Amino acid sequence: MSTPALADELGLCLCHGCGHACELSRHVHACERCGAPLHRRKTNAIARGWAFLVAALVFYVPANLLPVMHTEMLGSGSDSTIGGGVVEFWEHGAWDIALIIFIASMGVPAVKFFSLGLLLYTAQRRSSWACRQRSQLYRGVELIGYWSMLDVIVVALVAALVQLRGLGTIEPRAGILFFGMVVVLTMFSAMSFDPRLIWDSPGNDGGRTDGASE
Amino acid sequence: MAQASDARNGAGQAEVRTRRWNVSLVWIVPILAILVGASLVVRNWMQQGPVISISFRSGEGLVAHKTQVKYRSVVIGEVTTVDLAEDHDSVIVKVQLANDARSFATQGARFWVVRPRIGAGGVSGVDTLLSGSFIGADAGESKSAEKNFTGLELPPAITYGEKGKRFVLNASDLGSLDIGASIYYRKIPVGEVVSYALQDDGKGVDIGIFVQSPYDAFVTRDTRFWNASGVDMQIGANGLKVDTESLSSILVGGLAFGSPDFAPDAQAADDQANFQLFADRESALAPPHGQGQYLQLRFDQSMRGLSVGAPVEFKGVEFGKVTSVYLDYDPQKQIFPVVVDAVIYPQRLGPVHRKMLAVFKHTEGDLNGARELIGTFVEHGLRAQARSGNLITGQMFISLDFHPEAPKVAFDRAADPIVIPTLPGSLEMLQEQLQHFVERIGKLPLESIASNLDGTLRDLRVNLKQINSQTLPGVKATLDDMQKTLKTANATIADDSPERERLGQTLDELERMSRSLRDLTDYLGRHPESLIQGRPKAAGAQDLRP
Repeated sequence: MSTPALADELGLCLCHGCGHACELSRHVHACERCGAPLHRRKTNAIARGWAFLVAALVFYVPANLLPVMHTEMLGSGSDSTIGGGVVEFWEHGAWDIALIIFIASMGVPAVKFFSLGLLLYTAQRRSSWACRQRSQLYRGVELIGYWSMLDVIVVALVAALVQLRGLGTIEPRAGILFFGMVVVLTMFSAMSFDPRLIWDSPGNDGGRTDGASE
Repeated sequence: MAQASDARNGAGQAEVRTRRWNVSLVWIVPILAILVGASLVVRNWMQQGPVISISFRSGEGLVAHKTQVKYRSVVIGEVTTVDLAEDHDSVIVKVQLANDARSFATQGARFWVVRPRIGAGGVSGVDTLLSGSFIGADAGESKSAEKNFTGLELPPAITYGEKGKRFVLNASDLGSLDIGASIYYRKIPVGEVVSYALQDDGKGVDIGIFVQSPYDAFVTRDTRFWNASGVDMQIGANGLKVDTESLSSILVGGLAFGSPDFAPDAQAADDQANFQLFADRESALAPPHGQGQYLQLRFDQSMRGLSVGAPVEFKGVEFGKVTSVYLDYDPQKQIFPVVVDAVIYPQRLGPVHRKMLAVFKHTEGDLNGARELIGTFVEHGLRAQARSGNLITGQMFISLDFHPEAPKVAFDRAADPIVIPTLPGSLEMLQEQLQHFVERIGKLPLESIASNLDGTLRDLRVNLKQINSQTLPGVKATLDDMQKTLKTANATIADDSPERERLGQTLDELERMSRSLRDLTDYLGRHPESLIQGRPKAAGAQDLRP
């Protein structure tokens, strides 16, 4: 099975904007057709990925500790954190809802941290281990990225709807802001990562496949 | 490989793009995140106050992370855990206070659970019906820190450093009072009962009350407190009496205070001042009792109608009351005397008491002196009498008065309490006298008197017969003789009798003689010299006349 030569080997680079193949030996930094800046790989991908990941990790702590919602019913208010909500639902027997909240709000970000951390680490080490699975993992991380905002949307919706003045009000609290920041930062981290780096390992034999997938 | 390709491309241009530091600007993001996180932690740590633990009897309505601690309805903390104490006797509640509520973690701070309460005095804590219980707090005045508190089972009556004064009332019993019972001044509620406790010797009750500012200024050293609880109905020697304060006080009980109209010592009372609690308004506003003096009275007759509390009067002025009435047995005389214990307050007699003290040079509260004084009085005829105060109800009272005619009785100066000799009551006395009279009549020898009388009458009849037959005819003859004599005398002094004629002539003669005698004396008065010289010639007959 023969594969065409890699762009790198030919000194070519594909423009992000118009898809024009530019010759790096002549026009180094911009597409000769549309003028978009040319990158062989995403700029500084690993460092950015790590930076955003660390920031998200830092925000993950207040997002879980601070209350996300303040419920006020007939004069008595109570703050609820994400963890508190899960425990409360679990204690009241609604284990299914507790599970959904736990997976969506605590499990998924944790999985993303772990996955992105793994991808960044292996890409940094130029590991050739399980390249194909790592690519699948990356696609999965990108896919679930949008859905992690579920909590933020729920709080925003509830806070907007439940405004009954004296009877009861629900207000968002700082925790949900940090939670949103966690989601956004992990999405940034995932976006700044270049999946092609997975295949840039030296022992990749031209970067076609790894041993595991064959 | 990337480095390799970079090396392949123009190195000069690549060098323009390299930054001075090899670190990407993107690291600002996590640094910012750490800064924000750190600031949150610091702020949270700064805001967090001390954790205190409060023990309650029951954890009813207390939920960890839900139940709040409020002061003036502002949240100052939150319950973090609700655990059973090690000895299972109480519930330990851990509370995370806010930083600005640090002053609540000091000695003297009070905590209680606010639950809905419905009592006769009103409804409280209705908001907690919907919102759930919360812990009420009140800061202490002390500055020293304290971590462990014992929660109050009932909300304190005075909270939030309310302005006013506390007073202590001494009463013989609690009556129908309870904590929270109102205190009225001119029928306006101005305070409430905050505590009560038995006195150390168990002989009375100390009732702690709180009077709000500005009404506390009306509590002077002369102020009297009385029980306004319920409906006070009294049937006494003075008849039926009903006294109430307000409808609420009828249901829950209450106190009232006021000052006597004449109150010279009108300074505001000090905080924690002691007052006596009177049973009713009348006794409260009466002149001060002073020290009581116990008396014992022994009556021989029945004391039906004399009840405990009946007044003791001296010359009609009430100054004491009966404290007990009981029966005794006298083995010597073999009678059952009724013993009446009474207490008198000589100070209630007012000026009498003061003057007596001055005259006998006694000091107030000198019991021996009082004993001497009463002894002297008894010698002068002081006696106690049970009198009927109200003929319809039959209520009786004790009257002390002087009866100089009463038989002398030895006064026992050593007896304690003082025993005052008694006299039977007025009605009893009358009864006794009537009885004596009837008895005496019964004792009269009526039969012998009647037989004697009969004999006497018979003799009388014999005598009369004698008079009729013998004496009366003699008397008639005498009367006839007397009539004859009178007739003769009558004839002698008749108008046409010669004796009468002669008497008239004699009288005329006498008249003439006295006239000539007067002429002579007149002439001699004017001419005394004629006695010697004789009658002058010039003197005519007309000169003789005056």
